[in-house]
Amino acid sequence: MLTIPCPWCGERDVHEFRSGGEAHLKRERRADALSDAEWADFLFLRANPKGEHAERWYHVHGCRRWFNAVRNTHTDTILAVYKPGEAKPEAAQ
Amino acid sequence: MRRYSIFALARNALGYHEGWERAWRSPEPKPDYDAIIVGGGGHGLATAYYLAKEHGLTNIAVLEKGWLGGGNTGRNTTIVRSNYLWDESAALYEHSLKIWEGLSQELNYNVMFSQRGVMNLAHNLHDLRELKRRAHANRLNGIDCDFLSREQVGEYCPLINLSPDIRHPVLGATLQRRGGVARHDAVAWGFARAADARGVDIIQNCEVTGIMREGGRVTGVETSRGTIRAKKIGLVTAGHSSVLAGMAGIRLPVESHPLQALVSEPVKPILDTVVMSNTVHAYVSQSDKGEMVIGAGIDPYVSYSQRGGFNVVQDTLHAIVEMFPMFSRLRMLRQWGGIVDTCPDASPILSKTPIEGLYINCGWGTGGFKATPGSGHVFAHTIARDEPHTLNAPFSLERFTTGRLVDEHGAAAVAH
Repeated sequence: MLTIPCPWCGERDVHEFRSGGEAHLKRERRADALSDAEWADFLFLRANPKGEHAERWYHVHGCRRWFNAVRNTHTDTILAVYKPGEAKPEAAQ
Repeated sequence: MRRYSIFALARNALGYHEGWERAWRSPEPKPDYDAIIVGGGGHGLATAYYLAKEHGLTNIAVLEKGWLGGGNTGRNTTIVRSNYLWDESAALYEHSLKIWEGLSQELNYNVMFSQRGVMNLAHNLHDLRELKRRAHANRLNGIDCDFLSREQVGEYCPLINLSPDIRHPVLGATLQRRGGVARHDAVAWGFARAADARGVDIIQNCEVTGIMREGGRVTGVETSRGTIRAKKIGLVTAGHSSVLAGMAGIRLPVESHPLQALVSEPVKPILDTVVMSNTVHAYVSQSDKGEMVIGAGIDPYVSYSQRGGFNVVQDTLHAIVEMFPMFSRLRMLRQWGGIVDTCPDASPILSKTPIEGLYINCGWGTGGFKATPGSGHVFAHTIARDEPHTLNAPFSLERFTTGRLVDEHGAAAVAH
């Protein structure tokens, strides 16, 4: 993975981006209503798959905007990129 | 097992070295074992060795999907130290360092443990304060740690660039004189030979593809070489811990990242200690072959590719060349990546799991090699007694729910 296709700027060098970890983690609005185990799940537990991984990226040295990507973590091939708020693309599911 | 000694060497020299026996057998897997260790790296082999030696369990197997020590055991930069901040970690890593000091004799295998000192550099005021705090904490825990001023750094390691006008000037350092390096392959081979001599079956090219369970407890594993049954299973598969735990339906607080290292062409001895720097993310020592062994920071994204990005290598070499300007003329020979599994608190997990008979040893992040013998020792205790050793009780899976984390991001030396 030498380049990443930013959905706003196009293909750019990986050095311009910062990894934001697993995507689509939902923070409960009422965190005080969660049990310790549920809170630990949100804070710490991760899918960490060997294969397709939906993740967040930040184009820190470019447009300074966040986006999501689906990447195969075994080959580091990026399968799809999509903007925040958009659903994970069908092709990559 | 025929012991290695000067006499054995002389005897075999007379026979043109054709009489050496194989260091370990290559048995076919049995259908049933008392315990199975998944993962034939240093930690897994050490676990099997101590299970056999200290707990009398000899009907056990180590299953390795590739070859022994072909994962992170053979990919690290071989640094051994115990200068961690918190009491829990200091006790665990110091336990390991004490075993290292007698390991070659214990295993009758030269692991080439060389206590040449490990220096951690400070480049700014925050580093100075953090390192001084850690030096005091180490001393309170009975761990040797000296604090060196900038001038003392120059006396101890004259190669370092002490110029005040570089981007990250050296302001001081801590020095653990009992720290050093060991030959990583020999650690795996030594533990394998000693475990095999006690009856442990070491089975290579045997990939675990499923973990069998019945009524909340494990009953065995599915492998590429058939089903093998066992009442106790220890997972010691750094890098792939989430994948293996996932086979048993367990989610881990772990993410897998590539950690890269590289070596230069071999040169005559010029660097007789280990130099590490948190701030610029680089660490270097000279191997007995003469190569500079250089380690980088982790690639920041989740990956199982065992490669990593070129930009990380570039950043590391920028830092190395600033610290050691003369290294700018060295050519680099090889570069590689290992997959490390990192925990949110930069401390390992050595724990029972919610499934009876299933134990997990993972999350060592970027610094598992130094802990190899101690980790195997306490993990064997956990498996044999079905309860943690005092030293690994704080490193349970439950700590992520209770919030009792052991935050070692400072001492881990590589940010993650």
